[in-house]
Amino acid sequence: MKAKNRLTGFLVLLLLLLGGSVMVLPFLWMVLTSFKPFPELFELRFLPREPTLENYRVVLGETGFMRWFGNSLLVASLTTLSVLFFDSLAGYTLARLRFPGKNLVFILILSTLMVPTEMLVIPWYVMSAEKGWINTYWGLLFPGFITAFGVFLMRQFFETLPQDLFDAGRMDGLSEFGVFWRIGLPLVRPALAALGIFTFLGNWNAFLWPLIVVQTPEMRTLPVGIALFSGEAGTAWNLIMAASSLAVLPVLLVFFFFQRQIIEGVVLTGVKG
Amino acid sequence: MRLTLAWREALWAFVFLAIPLAFFLYFRILPAFQALWLSLYEWHADPSQRRFVGLEHYARLLEDPVLRRALFNTLLYTLLGIPSQIALGLVIALLLQRVPFGRDFFRAIYFAPYVTPAVAVAWVWSWMLSPHFGLVNELLALLGIPPQPFLQSPSQALPTVTWVVVWQNLGFQVVLFLAGLESIPRQYYEAARIDGAEGWRLFRHITWPLLNPVLVFSVVIGTIGYLQLFTQVVNLNFTDQGGPLNSTLTLALYIYQLAFLRFQLGYAATVTVLLFALILLITLVQLKLLTRRVEL
Repeated sequence: MKAKNRLTGFLVLLLLLLGGSVMVLPFLWMVLTSFKPFPELFELRFLPREPTLENYRVVLGETGFMRWFGNSLLVASLTTLSVLFFDSLAGYTLARLRFPGKNLVFILILSTLMVPTEMLVIPWYVMSAEKGWINTYWGLLFPGFITAFGVFLMRQFFETLPQDLFDAGRMDGLSEFGVFWRIGLPLVRPALAALGIFTFLGNWNAFLWPLIVVQTPEMRTLPVGIALFSGEAGTAWNLIMAASSLAVLPVLLVFFFFQRQIIEGVVLTGVKG
Repeated sequence: MRLTLAWREALWAFVFLAIPLAFFLYFRILPAFQALWLSLYEWHADPSQRRFVGLEHYARLLEDPVLRRALFNTLLYTLLGIPSQIALGLVIALLLQRVPFGRDFFRAIYFAPYVTPAVAVAWVWSWMLSPHFGLVNELLALLGIPPQPFLQSPSQALPTVTWVVVWQNLGFQVVLFLAGLESIPRQYYEAARIDGAEGWRLFRHITWPLLNPVLVFSVVIGTIGYLQLFTQVVNLNFTDQGGPLNSTLTLALYIYQLAFLRFQLGYAATVTVLLFALILLITLVQLKLLTRRVEL
Protein backbone atom coordinates (compact mmCIF):
# COMPACT_ATOMS: atom_id res chain seq x y z
CA MET A 1 0.00 0.00 0.00
CA LYS A 2 2.76 2.39 0.94
CA ALA A 3 4.80 1.53 -2.15
CA LYS A 4 1.74 2.10 -4.34
CA ASN A 5 1.20 5.53 -2.75
CA ARG A 6 4.78 6.46 -3.39
CA LEU A 7 4.47 5.41 -7.02
CA THR A 8 1.31 7.53 -7.52
CA GLY A 9 3.03 10.50 -5.86
CA PHE A 10 5.96 10.10 -8.21
CA LEU A 11 3.73 9.89 -11.29
CA VAL A 12 1.73 12.95 -10.20
CA LEU A 13 4.93 14.91 -9.70
CA LEU A 14 6.25 13.82 -13.09
CA LEU A 15 3.08 14.91 -14.90
CA LEU A 16 3.02 18.27 -13.10
CA LEU A 17 6.67 18.87 -13.98
CA LEU A 18 5.95 18.06 -17.60
CA GLY A 19 2.98 20.43 -17.74
CA GLY A 20 4.88 23.03 -15.70
CA SER A 21 7.71 23.09 -18.20
CA VAL A 22 5.19 23.94 -20.95
CA MET A 23 4.11 26.90 -18.80
CA VAL A 24 7.68 28.04 -18.05
CA LEU A 25 9.38 27.41 -21.39
CA PRO A 26 7.96 30.48 -23.21
CA PHE A 27 9.15 32.78 -20.42
CA LEU A 28 12.57 31.14 -20.41
CA TRP A 29 12.86 31.38 -24.20
CA MET A 30 11.77 35.03 -24.06
CA VAL A 31 14.52 35.92 -21.58
CA LEU A 32 17.21 33.87 -23.36
CA THR A 33 16.35 35.41 -26.73
CA SER A 34 16.47 38.90 -25.23
CA PHE A 35 20.20 38.44 -24.48
CA LYS A 36 21.13 37.25 -27.97
CA PRO A 37 22.70 39.37 -30.72
CA PHE A 38 20.64 39.33 -33.94
CA PRO A 39 22.68 36.72 -35.92
CA GLU A 40 22.34 34.19 -33.08
CA LEU A 41 18.54 34.07 -33.56
CA PHE A 42 19.14 31.81 -36.52
CA GLU A 43 21.47 29.39 -34.77
CA LEU A 44 20.13 26.30 -33.10
CA ARG A 45 21.34 27.10 -29.60
CA PHE A 46 19.40 27.34 -26.40
CA LEU A 47 21.78 29.59 -24.49
CA PRO A 48 23.19 32.81 -25.99
CA ARG A 49 26.78 32.30 -27.24
CA GLU A 50 27.81 35.92 -26.68
CA PRO A 51 25.18 37.33 -24.29
CA THR A 52 24.57 41.06 -24.78
CA LEU A 53 22.61 43.85 -23.12
CA GLU A 54 22.42 45.73 -26.41
CA ASN A 55 18.74 44.77 -26.97
CA TYR A 56 17.76 46.26 -23.62
CA ARG A 57 19.80 49.37 -24.38
CA VAL A 58 17.89 49.82 -27.67
CA VAL A 59 14.47 49.24 -26.11
CA LEU A 60 15.10 51.49 -23.12
CA GLY A 61 17.15 54.10 -24.94
CA GLU A 62 15.65 54.41 -28.40
CA THR A 63 11.94 53.87 -27.82
CA GLY A 64 9.42 55.50 -25.49
CA PHE A 65 9.43 52.40 -23.30
CA MET A 66 9.89 54.23 -19.98
CA ARG A 67 7.15 56.66 -20.91
CA TRP A 68 4.77 53.80 -21.85
CA PHE A 69 5.56 52.06 -18.57
CA GLY A 70 4.83 55.30 -16.70
CA ASN A 71 1.59 55.85 -18.62
CA SER A 72 0.38 52.34 -17.77
CA LEU A 73 1.36 52.77 -14.14
CA LEU A 74 -0.51 56.07 -13.94
CA VAL A 75 -3.65 54.84 -15.69
CA ALA A 76 -3.81 51.55 -13.78
CA SER A 77 -3.17 53.21 -10.38
CA LEU A 78 -5.67 56.05 -10.77
CA THR A 79 -8.32 53.68 -12.11
CA THR A 80 -7.76 51.25 -9.25
CA LEU A 81 -8.04 53.97 -6.58
CA SER A 82 -11.22 55.32 -8.14
CA VAL A 83 -12.76 51.86 -8.52
CA LEU A 84 -11.94 50.93 -4.92
CA PHE A 85 -13.53 54.09 -3.55
CA PHE A 86 -16.64 54.39 -5.72
CA ASP A 87 -17.40 50.67 -6.08
CA SER A 88 -17.26 50.13 -2.33
CA LEU A 89 -19.28 53.29 -1.64
CA ALA A 90 -21.98 52.25 -4.12
CA GLY A 91 -21.87 48.64 -2.92
CA TYR A 92 -22.20 49.77 0.69
CA THR A 93 -25.13 52.04 -0.09
CA LEU A 94 -26.96 49.32 -2.01
CA ALA A 95 -26.35 46.77 0.74
CA ARG A 96 -26.92 48.77 3.93
CA LEU A 97 -28.99 51.91 3.37
CA ARG A 98 -32.75 52.01 2.84
CA PHE A 99 -34.11 54.30 0.15
CA PRO A 100 -36.84 54.30 -2.49
CA GLY A 101 -35.83 52.95 -5.91
CA LYS A 102 -33.04 50.79 -4.51
CA ASN A 103 -33.84 47.72 -6.62
CA LEU A 104 -34.17 49.82 -9.76
CA VAL A 105 -30.73 51.35 -9.22
CA PHE A 106 -29.23 47.94 -8.57
CA ILE A 107 -30.76 46.38 -11.67
CA LEU A 108 -29.69 49.38 -13.74
CA ILE A 109 -26.05 48.96 -12.66
CA LEU A 110 -26.14 45.17 -12.95
CA SER A 111 -27.60 45.30 -16.47
CA THR A 112 -24.51 47.15 -17.73
CA LEU A 113 -22.49 43.98 -17.04
CA MET A 114 -24.02 42.39 -20.12
CA VAL A 115 -22.91 45.13 -22.50
CA PRO A 116 -19.60 44.12 -24.13
CA THR A 117 -16.79 46.70 -24.31
CA GLU A 118 -16.80 46.36 -28.10
CA MET A 119 -20.29 47.86 -28.16
CA LEU A 120 -19.21 50.82 -26.04
CA VAL A 121 -15.90 51.74 -27.68
CA ILE A 122 -17.55 53.15 -30.82
CA PRO A 123 -19.78 55.64 -28.94
CA TRP A 124 -16.87 56.39 -26.55
CA TYR A 125 -14.76 57.23 -29.58
CA VAL A 126 -17.44 59.48 -31.07
CA MET A 127 -17.90 61.16 -27.67
CA SER A 128 -14.14 61.62 -27.27
CA ALA A 129 -13.78 63.07 -30.75
CA GLU A 130 -16.52 65.61 -30.06
CA LYS A 131 -15.17 66.63 -26.67
CA GLY A 132 -11.45 66.60 -27.51
CA TRP A 133 -10.62 63.62 -25.29
CA ILE A 134 -8.74 61.70 -28.01
CA ASN A 135 -5.07 61.17 -27.14
CA THR A 136 -5.42 62.54 -23.59
CA TYR A 137 -5.01 60.91 -20.18
CA TRP A 138 -8.65 61.66 -19.44
CA GLY A 139 -9.54 59.80 -22.65
CA LEU A 140 -7.56 56.77 -21.47
CA LEU A 141 -9.06 56.92 -17.99
CA PHE A 142 -12.75 57.77 -18.22
CA PRO A 143 -14.20 54.38 -19.27
CA GLY A 144 -12.79 52.60 -16.21
CA PHE A 145 -13.48 54.86 -13.22
CA ILE A 146 -16.27 52.69 -11.80
CA THR A 147 -17.11 49.05 -12.57
CA ALA A 148 -20.45 47.27 -12.26
CA PHE A 149 -18.66 44.06 -11.34
CA GLY A 150 -16.97 45.75 -8.37
CA VAL A 151 -20.20 47.35 -7.14
CA PHE A 152 -21.86 43.95 -7.27
CA LEU A 153 -18.93 42.27 -5.49
CA MET A 154 -18.72 44.88 -2.71
CA ARG A 155 -22.49 44.78 -2.18
CA GLN A 156 -22.25 41.00 -1.65
CA PHE A 157 -19.58 41.50 1.02
CA PHE A 158 -21.30 44.37 2.82
CA GLU A 159 -24.50 42.33 3.00
CA THR A 160 -22.85 39.65 5.11
CA LEU A 161 -21.95 42.08 7.94
CA PRO A 162 -24.14 42.31 11.06
CA GLN A 163 -26.32 45.45 11.31
CA ASP A 164 -25.41 46.01 15.00
CA LEU A 165 -21.95 47.23 14.04
CA PHE A 166 -23.35 50.01 11.89
CA ASP A 167 -26.00 50.98 14.47
CA ALA A 168 -23.31 51.18 17.13
CA GLY A 169 -21.32 53.50 14.90
CA ARG A 170 -24.31 55.79 14.50
CA MET A 171 -24.88 55.75 18.29
CA ASP A 172 -21.28 56.89 18.72
CA GLY A 173 -22.11 59.91 16.61
CA LEU A 174 -20.38 58.95 13.37
CA SER A 175 -21.72 60.59 10.23
CA GLU A 176 -23.23 58.37 7.52
CA PHE A 177 -19.98 58.65 5.59
CA GLY A 178 -18.03 57.94 8.78
CA VAL A 179 -20.00 54.73 9.29
CA PHE A 180 -19.02 53.59 5.80
CA TRP A 181 -15.41 54.76 6.02
CA ARG A 182 -14.53 53.81 9.63
CA ILE A 183 -16.70 50.74 10.17
CA GLY A 184 -17.69 49.29 6.80
CA LEU A 185 -14.46 49.52 4.82
CA PRO A 186 -12.06 47.95 7.37
CA LEU A 187 -14.35 44.91 7.55
CA VAL A 188 -14.23 44.18 3.83
CA ARG A 189 -10.48 44.50 3.42
CA PRO A 190 -10.01 41.07 1.73
CA ALA A 191 -12.63 41.98 -0.86
CA LEU A 192 -10.97 45.36 -1.43
CA ALA A 193 -7.59 43.70 -1.92
CA ALA A 194 -9.06 41.24 -4.42
CA LEU A 195 -10.93 43.93 -6.33
CA GLY A 196 -7.84 46.15 -6.37
CA ILE A 197 -5.63 43.40 -7.78
CA PHE A 198 -8.18 42.48 -10.43
CA THR A 199 -8.72 46.08 -11.48
CA PHE A 200 -5.03 46.91 -11.60
CA LEU A 201 -4.18 43.85 -13.69
CA GLY A 202 -7.11 44.43 -16.04
CA ASN A 203 -6.05 48.02 -16.71
CA TRP A 204 -2.35 47.23 -16.85
CA ASN A 205 -3.03 44.65 -19.57
CA ALA A 206 -5.86 46.52 -21.37
CA PHE A 207 -5.40 46.79 -25.12
CA LEU A 208 -8.56 47.56 -27.13
CA TRP A 209 -9.57 51.01 -25.84
CA PRO A 210 -5.99 52.38 -25.43
CA LEU A 211 -5.27 51.26 -29.01
CA ILE A 212 -8.25 53.31 -30.19
CA VAL A 213 -7.86 56.46 -28.10
CA VAL A 214 -4.06 56.85 -28.29
CA GLN A 215 -2.66 58.48 -31.40
CA THR A 216 0.88 59.61 -30.64
CA PRO A 217 3.82 57.47 -29.38
CA GLU A 218 4.20 59.38 -26.09
CA MET A 219 0.60 58.64 -25.01
CA ARG A 220 0.86 54.85 -25.54
CA THR A 221 0.28 52.49 -22.66
CA LEU A 222 2.65 49.56 -22.30
CA PRO A 223 0.58 46.97 -24.24
CA VAL A 224 -0.03 49.39 -27.13
CA GLY A 225 3.63 50.44 -27.11
CA ILE A 226 4.86 46.85 -27.15
CA ALA A 227 2.48 45.88 -29.97
CA LEU A 228 3.36 48.79 -32.25
CA PHE A 229 7.08 48.62 -31.47
CA SER A 230 7.12 44.87 -32.19
CA GLY A 231 5.19 45.43 -35.40
CA GLU A 232 7.91 47.83 -36.57
CA ALA A 233 10.77 45.61 -35.37
CA GLY A 234 9.80 42.92 -37.90
CA THR A 235 12.06 39.89 -37.45
CA ALA A 236 14.31 41.49 -34.83
CA TRP A 237 12.95 38.98 -32.33
CA ASN A 238 15.80 39.73 -29.91
CA LEU A 239 14.50 43.32 -29.56
CA ILE A 240 10.88 42.19 -29.32
CA MET A 241 11.78 39.68 -26.61
CA ALA A 242 13.72 42.33 -24.67
CA ALA A 243 10.65 44.59 -24.75
CA SER A 244 8.38 41.68 -23.76
CA SER A 245 10.72 40.73 -20.90
CA LEU A 246 10.62 44.29 -19.59
CA ALA A 247 6.81 44.18 -19.69
CA VAL A 248 6.41 40.68 -18.24
CA LEU A 249 9.11 40.43 -15.56
CA PRO A 250 7.85 43.21 -13.21
CA VAL A 251 4.40 41.60 -13.27
CA LEU A 252 5.85 38.16 -12.56
CA LEU A 253 7.99 39.58 -9.75
CA VAL A 254 5.00 41.19 -8.04
CA PHE A 255 3.00 38.02 -8.62
CA PHE A 256 5.55 35.71 -7.00
CA PHE A 257 5.81 38.03 -3.98
CA PHE A 258 2.06 38.20 -3.42
CA GLN A 259 1.02 34.93 -5.08
CA ARG A 260 -1.04 33.68 -2.14
CA GLN A 261 -3.03 36.93 -1.85
CA ILE A 262 -3.45 37.22 -5.62
CA ILE A 263 -4.66 33.66 -6.12
CA GLU A 264 -6.97 33.85 -3.12
CA GLY A 265 -8.26 37.15 -4.50
CA VAL A 266 -9.07 35.50 -7.80
CA VAL A 267 -10.96 32.74 -6.01
CA LEU A 268 -12.82 35.28 -3.89
CA THR A 269 -13.94 37.39 -6.86
CA GLY A 270 -14.52 34.32 -9.01
CA VAL A 271 -16.70 32.47 -6.54
CA LYS A 272 -18.56 35.47 -5.15
CA GLY A 273 -18.94 37.36 -8.40
CA MET B 1 -38.88 61.71 14.19
CA ARG B 2 -38.92 58.24 12.50
CA LEU B 3 -39.87 59.81 9.22
CA THR B 4 -37.05 62.31 9.32
CA LEU B 5 -34.56 59.54 10.13
CA ALA B 6 -35.76 57.52 7.14
CA TRP B 7 -35.52 60.58 4.93
CA ARG B 8 -32.07 61.35 6.21
CA GLU B 9 -30.91 57.85 5.29
CA ALA B 10 -32.47 58.08 1.82
CA LEU B 11 -30.88 61.46 1.27
CA TRP B 12 -27.43 60.13 2.15
CA ALA B 13 -27.99 57.14 -0.13
CA PHE B 14 -28.62 59.46 -3.06
CA VAL B 15 -25.56 61.56 -2.19
CA PHE B 16 -23.39 58.43 -2.12
CA LEU B 17 -24.87 57.10 -5.35
CA ALA B 18 -24.91 60.37 -7.30
CA ILE B 19 -21.48 60.01 -8.93
CA PRO B 20 -21.67 56.24 -9.60
CA LEU B 21 -25.18 56.57 -11.00
CA ALA B 22 -24.22 59.50 -13.26
CA PHE B 23 -21.21 57.49 -14.41
CA PHE B 24 -23.25 54.40 -15.32
CA LEU B 25 -25.91 56.44 -17.08
CA TYR B 26 -23.47 58.58 -19.06
CA PHE B 27 -20.63 56.14 -19.84
CA ARG B 28 -22.44 52.80 -19.99
CA ILE B 29 -26.18 53.04 -20.63
CA LEU B 30 -26.21 56.09 -22.91
CA PRO B 31 -23.38 54.69 -25.13
CA ALA B 32 -25.18 51.34 -25.38
CA PHE B 33 -28.22 53.13 -26.80
CA GLN B 34 -25.98 55.29 -28.97
CA ALA B 35 -24.55 52.10 -30.49
CA LEU B 36 -28.10 51.01 -31.37
CA TRP B 37 -28.82 54.44 -32.83
CA LEU B 38 -25.54 54.50 -34.79
CA SER B 39 -26.42 51.15 -36.37
CA LEU B 40 -29.31 52.87 -38.16
CA TYR B 41 -27.08 55.54 -39.74
CA GLU B 42 -24.45 55.79 -42.43
CA TRP B 43 -21.60 57.34 -40.46
CA HIS B 44 -19.89 60.59 -41.43
CA ALA B 45 -17.47 62.70 -39.38
CA ASP B 46 -19.64 65.74 -40.17
CA PRO B 47 -22.95 65.25 -38.29
CA SER B 48 -24.96 66.98 -41.03
CA GLN B 49 -23.78 64.39 -43.56
CA ARG B 50 -24.95 61.36 -41.54
CA ARG B 51 -27.65 59.53 -43.44
CA PHE B 52 -30.47 57.50 -41.88
CA VAL B 53 -30.46 54.03 -43.46
CA GLY B 54 -32.94 52.19 -41.24
CA LEU B 55 -32.30 48.47 -41.11
CA GLU B 56 -30.01 48.40 -44.15
CA HIS B 57 -26.97 47.48 -42.04
CA TYR B 58 -28.88 44.60 -40.51
CA ALA B 59 -29.71 43.32 -44.00
CA ARG B 60 -26.01 43.64 -44.85
CA LEU B 61 -25.16 41.44 -41.83
CA LEU B 62 -26.99 38.58 -43.52
CA GLU B 63 -25.10 38.94 -46.80
CA ASP B 64 -21.61 39.80 -45.58
CA PRO B 65 -19.32 36.78 -46.18
CA VAL B 66 -16.55 38.28 -43.99
CA LEU B 67 -18.97 38.67 -41.10
CA ARG B 68 -20.11 35.09 -41.58
CA ARG B 69 -16.47 34.00 -41.43
CA ALA B 70 -15.80 36.09 -38.29
CA LEU B 71 -18.89 34.68 -36.56
CA PHE B 72 -18.00 31.12 -37.55
CA ASN B 73 -14.41 31.58 -36.32
CA THR B 74 -15.54 33.12 -33.04
CA LEU B 75 -17.84 30.18 -32.34
CA LEU B 76 -15.11 27.73 -33.36
CA TYR B 77 -12.63 29.39 -30.95
CA THR B 78 -15.22 28.95 -28.19
CA LEU B 79 -15.99 25.34 -29.05
CA LEU B 80 -12.29 24.42 -29.21
CA GLY B 81 -11.07 26.54 -26.33
CA ILE B 82 -13.63 25.98 -23.57
CA PRO B 83 -13.57 22.14 -23.50
CA SER B 84 -9.75 22.17 -23.76
CA GLN B 85 -9.17 24.56 -20.89
CA ILE B 86 -11.78 22.89 -18.71
CA ALA B 87 -10.42 19.37 -19.30
CA LEU B 88 -6.79 20.42 -18.80
CA GLY B 89 -7.71 22.63 -15.84
CA LEU B 90 -9.56 19.80 -14.11
CA VAL B 91 -6.76 17.28 -14.69
CA ILE B 92 -4.14 19.67 -13.31
CA ALA B 93 -6.31 20.59 -10.31
CA LEU B 94 -6.79 16.88 -9.51
CA LEU B 95 -3.03 16.31 -9.83
CA LEU B 96 -2.30 19.31 -7.59
CA GLN B 97 -4.62 17.86 -4.97
CA ARG B 98 -2.55 14.67 -4.90
CA VAL B 99 0.96 16.05 -5.23
CA PRO B 100 3.13 15.00 -2.23
CA PHE B 101 4.94 18.37 -1.99
CA GLY B 102 5.44 21.69 -3.81
CA ARG B 103 1.73 22.33 -4.32
CA ASP B 104 1.87 26.13 -3.92
CA PHE B 105 4.91 26.25 -6.17
CA PHE B 106 3.19 24.37 -9.00
CA ARG B 107 0.01 26.35 -8.56
CA ALA B 108 2.00 29.57 -8.99
CA ILE B 109 3.78 28.21 -12.08
CA TYR B 110 0.50 27.32 -13.77
CA PHE B 111 -1.12 30.60 -12.76
CA ALA B 112 1.70 32.95 -13.82
CA PRO B 113 0.68 33.30 -17.50
CA TYR B 114 -2.77 34.50 -16.42
CA VAL B 115 -1.36 37.68 -14.83
CA THR B 116 1.09 38.54 -17.62
CA PRO B 117 0.09 41.02 -20.35
CA ALA B 118 -1.66 39.21 -23.22
CA VAL B 119 0.15 41.42 -25.74
CA ALA B 120 3.61 40.31 -24.56
CA VAL B 121 2.49 36.68 -24.28
CA ALA B 122 1.22 36.77 -27.86
CA TRP B 123 4.53 38.12 -29.18
CA VAL B 124 6.51 35.50 -27.26
CA TRP B 125 4.37 32.72 -28.75
CA SER B 126 4.53 34.31 -32.17
CA TRP B 127 8.35 33.95 -31.95
CA MET B 128 8.13 30.41 -30.50
CA LEU B 129 5.79 29.37 -33.33
CA SER B 130 7.69 31.06 -36.12
CA PRO B 131 7.97 28.59 -39.05
CA HIS B 132 11.65 29.48 -39.49
CA PHE B 133 13.91 29.09 -36.46
CA GLY B 134 10.93 29.00 -34.07
CA LEU B 135 11.58 26.93 -30.95
CA VAL B 136 8.49 24.74 -31.37
CA ASN B 137 9.53 23.58 -34.82
CA GLU B 138 13.08 22.95 -33.57
CA LEU B 139 11.66 20.76 -30.78
CA LEU B 140 9.40 18.95 -33.26
CA ALA B 141 12.44 18.29 -35.44
CA LEU B 142 14.07 16.49 -32.50
CA LEU B 143 11.08 14.14 -32.51
CA GLY B 144 11.39 13.66 -36.27
CA ILE B 145 8.28 15.74 -37.10
CA PRO B 146 8.59 18.05 -40.16
CA PRO B 147 8.28 21.84 -39.54
CA GLN B 148 4.73 23.17 -39.35
CA PRO B 149 3.52 26.55 -40.71
CA PHE B 150 1.29 27.15 -37.62
CA LEU B 151 0.12 30.81 -37.72
CA GLN B 152 0.87 31.16 -41.42
CA SER B 153 -1.41 28.35 -42.54
CA PRO B 154 -5.14 29.01 -43.01
CA SER B 155 -5.97 25.58 -41.57
CA GLN B 156 -3.59 25.63 -38.57
CA ALA B 157 -3.78 29.28 -37.55
CA LEU B 158 -7.06 29.19 -35.62
CA PRO B 159 -6.23 26.12 -33.49
CA THR B 160 -2.80 27.65 -32.84
CA VAL B 161 -4.30 30.93 -31.58
CA THR B 162 -6.71 28.87 -29.46
CA TRP B 163 -3.75 27.04 -27.91
CA VAL B 164 -2.12 30.34 -26.88
CA VAL B 165 -5.37 31.53 -25.27
CA VAL B 166 -5.86 28.19 -23.48
CA TRP B 167 -2.24 28.33 -22.27
CA GLN B 168 -2.89 31.75 -20.77
CA ASN B 169 -6.32 30.95 -19.26
CA LEU B 170 -5.35 27.57 -17.83
CA GLY B 171 -4.11 28.85 -14.46
CA PHE B 172 -7.38 30.65 -13.76
CA GLN B 173 -9.28 27.46 -14.52
CA VAL B 174 -6.97 25.39 -12.28
CA VAL B 175 -7.39 27.79 -9.36
CA LEU B 176 -11.18 27.77 -9.70
CA PHE B 177 -11.30 23.95 -9.79
CA LEU B 178 -8.93 23.67 -6.82
CA ALA B 179 -11.21 25.92 -4.77
CA GLY B 180 -14.18 23.86 -5.91
CA LEU B 181 -12.49 20.57 -4.99
CA GLU B 182 -11.52 21.87 -1.56
CA SER B 183 -15.11 22.85 -0.79
CA ILE B 184 -16.33 19.24 -1.20
CA PRO B 185 -16.66 17.79 2.32
CA ARG B 186 -14.28 14.87 3.07
CA GLN B 187 -17.11 12.91 4.69
CA TYR B 188 -18.81 12.38 1.32
CA TYR B 189 -15.77 10.46 0.08
CA GLU B 190 -15.40 8.54 3.35
CA ALA B 191 -19.05 7.52 3.31
CA ALA B 192 -18.81 6.41 -0.33
CA ARG B 193 -15.64 4.41 0.43
CA ILE B 194 -17.42 2.58 3.23
CA ASP B 195 -20.05 1.70 0.62
CA GLY B 196 -17.24 0.23 -1.49
CA ALA B 197 -16.86 3.00 -4.10
CA GLU B 198 -13.36 3.57 -5.50
CA GLY B 199 -11.46 5.74 -7.96
CA TRP B 200 -13.50 6.53 -11.03
CA ARG B 201 -16.86 5.98 -9.29
CA LEU B 202 -15.94 8.47 -6.57
CA PHE B 203 -15.13 11.00 -9.27
CA ARG B 204 -18.24 10.24 -11.34
CA HIS B 205 -20.75 10.33 -8.47
CA ILE B 206 -19.26 12.83 -6.00
CA THR B 207 -16.56 15.08 -7.46
CA TRP B 208 -18.19 15.76 -10.84
CA PRO B 209 -21.73 16.60 -9.65
CA LEU B 210 -20.47 18.73 -6.76
CA LEU B 211 -18.17 20.65 -9.11
CA ASN B 212 -21.18 21.60 -11.21
CA PRO B 213 -21.47 25.23 -10.00
CA VAL B 214 -17.77 25.87 -10.72
CA LEU B 215 -18.21 24.20 -14.09
CA VAL B 216 -21.20 26.33 -15.09
CA PHE B 217 -19.39 29.47 -13.92
CA SER B 218 -16.25 28.52 -15.91
CA VAL B 219 -18.21 27.81 -19.07
CA VAL B 220 -20.10 31.11 -18.91
CA ILE B 221 -17.13 33.33 -18.01
CA GLY B 222 -14.99 31.48 -20.53
CA THR B 223 -17.56 31.79 -23.32
CA ILE B 224 -18.00 35.52 -22.77
CA GLY B 225 -14.20 35.86 -22.93
CA TYR B 226 -13.86 33.84 -26.14
CA LEU B 227 -16.70 35.76 -27.80
CA GLN B 228 -14.66 38.95 -27.27
CA LEU B 229 -11.31 37.53 -28.40
CA PHE B 230 -9.17 40.36 -29.78
CA THR B 231 -5.75 41.04 -28.25
CA GLN B 232 -4.16 37.65 -28.98
CA VAL B 233 -5.53 37.51 -32.53
CA VAL B 234 -4.13 40.97 -33.34
CA ASN B 235 -0.69 40.38 -31.87
CA LEU B 236 -0.07 36.78 -32.94
CA ASN B 237 -0.28 37.75 -36.59
CA PHE B 238 0.40 41.46 -36.47
CA THR B 239 1.29 42.02 -40.12
CA ASP B 240 -1.83 40.19 -41.34
CA GLN B 241 -4.34 40.69 -38.51
CA GLY B 242 -7.14 38.13 -38.69
CA GLY B 243 -5.30 36.29 -41.45
CA PRO B 244 -4.15 34.32 -43.26
CA LEU B 245 -7.24 34.66 -45.50
CA ASN B 246 -9.47 35.72 -42.57
CA SER B 247 -8.90 32.33 -40.97
CA THR B 248 -8.32 33.82 -37.48
CA LEU B 249 -10.64 36.85 -37.80
CA THR B 250 -13.00 37.29 -34.82
CA LEU B 251 -16.10 39.43 -34.36
CA ALA B 252 -14.23 41.85 -32.10
CA LEU B 253 -11.38 42.28 -34.58
CA TYR B 254 -13.83 42.75 -37.47
CA ILE B 255 -15.63 45.42 -35.45
CA TYR B 256 -12.30 47.16 -34.81
CA GLN B 257 -11.31 47.02 -38.48
CA LEU B 258 -14.70 48.29 -39.70
CA ALA B 259 -14.84 51.14 -37.20
CA PHE B 260 -11.26 52.34 -36.92
CA LEU B 261 -9.53 51.33 -40.15
CA ARG B 262 -12.41 51.81 -42.60
CA PHE B 263 -14.43 54.31 -40.53
CA GLN B 264 -17.72 52.50 -41.20
CA LEU B 265 -18.89 53.24 -37.67
CA GLY B 266 -22.54 52.62 -38.48
CA TYR B 267 -22.05 49.10 -39.78
CA ALA B 268 -19.48 48.37 -37.07
CA ALA B 269 -22.08 49.36 -34.46
CA THR B 270 -24.48 46.89 -36.08
CA VAL B 271 -21.96 44.08 -35.61
CA THR B 272 -21.60 45.08 -31.93
CA VAL B 273 -25.37 44.69 -31.56
CA LEU B 274 -25.00 41.13 -32.84
CA LEU B 275 -22.20 40.49 -30.32
CA PHE B 276 -24.37 41.94 -27.55
CA ALA B 277 -27.24 39.63 -28.55
CA LEU B 278 -24.90 36.61 -28.36
CA ILE B 279 -23.69 37.57 -24.87
CA LEU B 280 -27.24 38.22 -23.71
CA LEU B 281 -28.22 34.74 -24.90
CA ILE B 282 -25.33 33.16 -22.97
CA THR B 283 -26.27 35.08 -19.81
CA LEU B 284 -29.88 33.91 -20.03
CA VAL B 285 -28.79 30.30 -20.53
CA GLN B 286 -26.55 30.73 -17.47
CA LEU B 287 -29.45 31.93 -15.32
CA LYS B 288 -31.47 28.92 -16.42
CA LEU B 289 -28.67 26.47 -15.70
CA LEU B 290 -27.77 28.02 -12.35
CA THR B 291 -31.30 27.66 -11.02
CA ARG B 292 -31.05 23.87 -11.23
CA ARG B 293 -27.49 23.43 -10.06
CA VAL B 294 -26.49 21.06 -7.31
CA GLU B 295 -26.41 22.95 -4.02
CA LEU B 296 -23.40 22.38 -1.78
